[in-house]
Amino acid sequence: MTSTRPLDRFRASGLLWPLVALLVLLAANAVVRPSFLALRIQDGHLYGSLVDILKNGAPTMLIALGMCLVIATRGIDLSVGAVVAISGAVTCSYIAGAGDPTGAGAAFAGMGIALALCAVLGLWNGFLVAVVGIQPIIATLVLMTAGRGIAMLITDGQIITVRNPAYRTVGAGFLLLPVSILIAVAVFALVALVTRRTALGLLIESVGINPEASRLAGLRARTIRWTVYVFAAICAGVAGLMISSNVSAADANNAGLWIEMDAILAVVIGGTSLAGGRYSLTGTMLGALIIQTLTTTVYSMGIAPEITLVFKAVVVIAVCLLQAPKARAVLLRRTRRRHTPPDPDAEAAGRPSTHTPTSAMVEKVAQP
Amino acid sequence: MSVDAKQAPAEPTPLVRMRGISVEFPGVKALQEVDFRLFPGEVHALMGENGAGKSTLIKALTGVYTPAAGVTTLDGREVSFSGPAEAQAAGISTVYQEVNLCPNLTVAENILLGREPRRFGAVDGRATRARAAELLADMGLHIDPGSVLAEHPIAIQQLVAIARAVAVDAKVLILDEPTSSLDQDEVAELFRIMRHLRDRGVAILFVSHFLEQVYEISDRMTVLRNGRLVGEHRTSELSRLDLVSLMIGRELGALAEVERLAGQAGEEASTVPVLEARGVGRKGSVAPFDLRINRGEVVGLAGLLGSGRTELARLLFGADRPDSGQVTVDGRALHLRGPRAAIAAGIAFCSEDRKGEGVVADLSIRDNLILAMQAANGWARPIPRRVKDQLVEKWIKALDIRPANPDALVGKLSGGNQQKVLLARWLVTEPKLLILDEPTRGIDIGAKTQIQKLVAELAQEGMAVVYISAELEEVVRLSHRVVVMKDRAKVAELDQNATVDDIMRLIAHVDERPEAVAA
Repeated sequence: MTSTRPLDRFRASGLLWPLVALLVLLAANAVVRPSFLALRIQDGHLYGSLVDILKNGAPTMLIALGMCLVIATRGIDLSVGAVVAISGAVTCSYIAGAGDPTGAGAAFAGMGIALALCAVLGLWNGFLVAVVGIQPIIATLVLMTAGRGIAMLITDGQIITVRNPAYRTVGAGFLLLPVSILIAVAVFALVALVTRRTALGLLIESVGINPEASRLAGLRARTIRWTVYVFAAICAGVAGLMISSNVSAADANNAGLWIEMDAILAVVIGGTSLAGGRYSLTGTMLGALIIQTLTTTVYSMGIAPEITLVFKAVVVIAVCLLQAPKARAVLLRRTRRRHTPPDPDAEAAGRPSTHTPTSAMVEKVAQP
Repeated sequence: MSVDAKQAPAEPTPLVRMRGISVEFPGVKALQEVDFRLFPGEVHALMGENGAGKSTLIKALTGVYTPAAGVTTLDGREVSFSGPAEAQAAGISTVYQEVNLCPNLTVAENILLGREPRRFGAVDGRATRARAAELLADMGLHIDPGSVLAEHPIAIQQLVAIARAVAVDAKVLILDEPTSSLDQDEVAELFRIMRHLRDRGVAILFVSHFLEQVYEISDRMTVLRNGRLVGEHRTSELSRLDLVSLMIGRELGALAEVERLAGQAGEEASTVPVLEARGVGRKGSVAPFDLRINRGEVVGLAGLLGSGRTELARLLFGADRPDSGQVTVDGRALHLRGPRAAIAAGIAFCSEDRKGEGVVADLSIRDNLILAMQAANGWARPIPRRVKDQLVEKWIKALDIRPANPDALVGKLSGGNQQKVLLARWLVTEPKLLILDEPTRGIDIGAKTQIQKLVAELAQEGMAVVYISAELEEVVRLSHRVVVMKDRAKVAELDQNATVDDIMRLIAHVDERPEAVAA
């Protein structure tokens, strides 16, 4: 019964409305500032506002991918922002204290240590949630609060700056496109492959929809929940590397501040319910792009800083409403009544695969 | 207060009278034309199996539900409450199974919450404590009103909840399963208080699954079954056996086919054990029991709700971890760490809680069907799409699952079809032992028959089945042996010739030691 028509399938996937929202935002920018869409190549680098959006959005995308799997298991991870700070702090401290602070060896060792530590932090979160049974929002609040303190301890409360070309590549480098976006896309592709080409995605969704039924069906519910927190922490760690590398410094106070909120928002805008279960990685990527585009829009349109956050909130609410079938139905009914006479035939022909009340009525009429 | 009323030798007028009460939910008639009377100064037990409509009746009385039909009168006046608060204002107080109090407040504050004595507009703490102390003393309770509620055991909290309920001069006190978490001494204390209140003229409506307690405390009982009234009797005039048969009822369905199949299987039931349990038990759940289940045999588990029948099944599957005893499957010792260990050994379990512990509502029929098999395979080895489609197509057809669309979300299916999906989920794993806990509850008669027939067929093919049902007819019809459970222990094991009467006698059986001596 799955419709084979690509448009119907796309609509059913729930990606249509986030995509529409993104395109509208981009179009609005292009209208206000025609140079917005311009791209130019200089020294083998691609420059332009669109590229900036990708580059600046990469950390949020990465974190949102991790968050998406956590949310799919009915969890949430508030500690990712703190993990971002720790990851940058560890790497920069290591590089600054290494024998050769400009060498690639120091950079790789520092990043390795940072990511290993992030994995441990993820294990801690997962332990609290999956083994001890603390509610995820509280369990990860522990590290959200403590994490920045740990980062401050590592950096001694200072902003540590480094000059290391190899490290700088992660966040500020280019391979035609910014390296950070290449990393984010690679992780996206990897996660999509691992969860959708194997049964992992199904098992994660099952645990998120009904943990007890999943356990009784023989799923390793605990291990699955634990693993997604580890993955989320590693994603946050890589994002932390990008952010710190981009400015060649570790700022324990401000690196990744509130990024957990952006990530959660990206997941929700992308059509994944906070109640767990069905998740969409593509939607999450779109969500992260919407949020980054919004931030860029606010700056480039010269919207007054006082109303920046309010503007952001309004757009987010609009996108969320667009996704809710109920809200959309209300809106559509309003506009249809105002503009066009009802046309049941078109309606029925448009969606042959589903039984809307209208199409059912048409069928009844057609049968004598 | 009711001295005058009591003087009349004829039957006094009822305090509460409900006539022709019907309550409907979409697609379900929860109560159909039920009559109910409650007299002042009596303890009245409301009896019935799970889903009989006890809670619904209470909720119809207290205004949680609005009846679709029927009249309720209180003290002769017709009433219709918009909710429990209004009912309480009229003198009907309810104490629920779980204590609904604020553990962080004091006993006195809990008793008088929302109606504290005030002084200059502020709560008068001293007067609150004094008033609460008065109320507690009145009930013969020695509890410090200034102590924090959470410091007391559940039993005391329950009594405080009752004190709170009668603090408003309740004429009617409804106690919904008040004894389920109490030990024997605590129950005795509760009953003392109930008698005390009864003697003061309070009408008490009491719901409990413990037959002995009902017989000890109640003066009269109303029995419900499947949303209908099946009788109102004086407790002294209704034997336990009659009560059980009223509660469970007899269903004369045309299930000859099932019986024929079950009979055939009975002849072929082997003596090769699939599972043997010795001394398996769990503290606070089921007393240690022995059980042997042979190939091709259906073993029925009979007992009332709360008798331990579900708990026993959960132990065999490792859903709860047993803390004593050994289990062997096919002669090999099995350490029941959890469901995965049981599944690996070839055991499957369908929970009675289909929605909470069975189906994964937001996944498709296809995904639900292959879930257990996929979990056993591990995440890294997905079942190929082609194999999946074949399996799903086969089982949808075999069990007549409707709609026959593998992409339909299971949450949208009817109860019977959800149950079939669950059965199919386990059957694709080809288990040696299938444990079914209330597989036919809440599903329509057609699906019921189909499922029973399937069980008989599976046994014939050599599968061992543990079959739990509240409907004894079903258990007797299908089983080669029946294990009877009572008060969280296995009390008997009957062979194929067992009748519903035998089982009921065992369930209703009392520790009649004095009589035994006399005989």
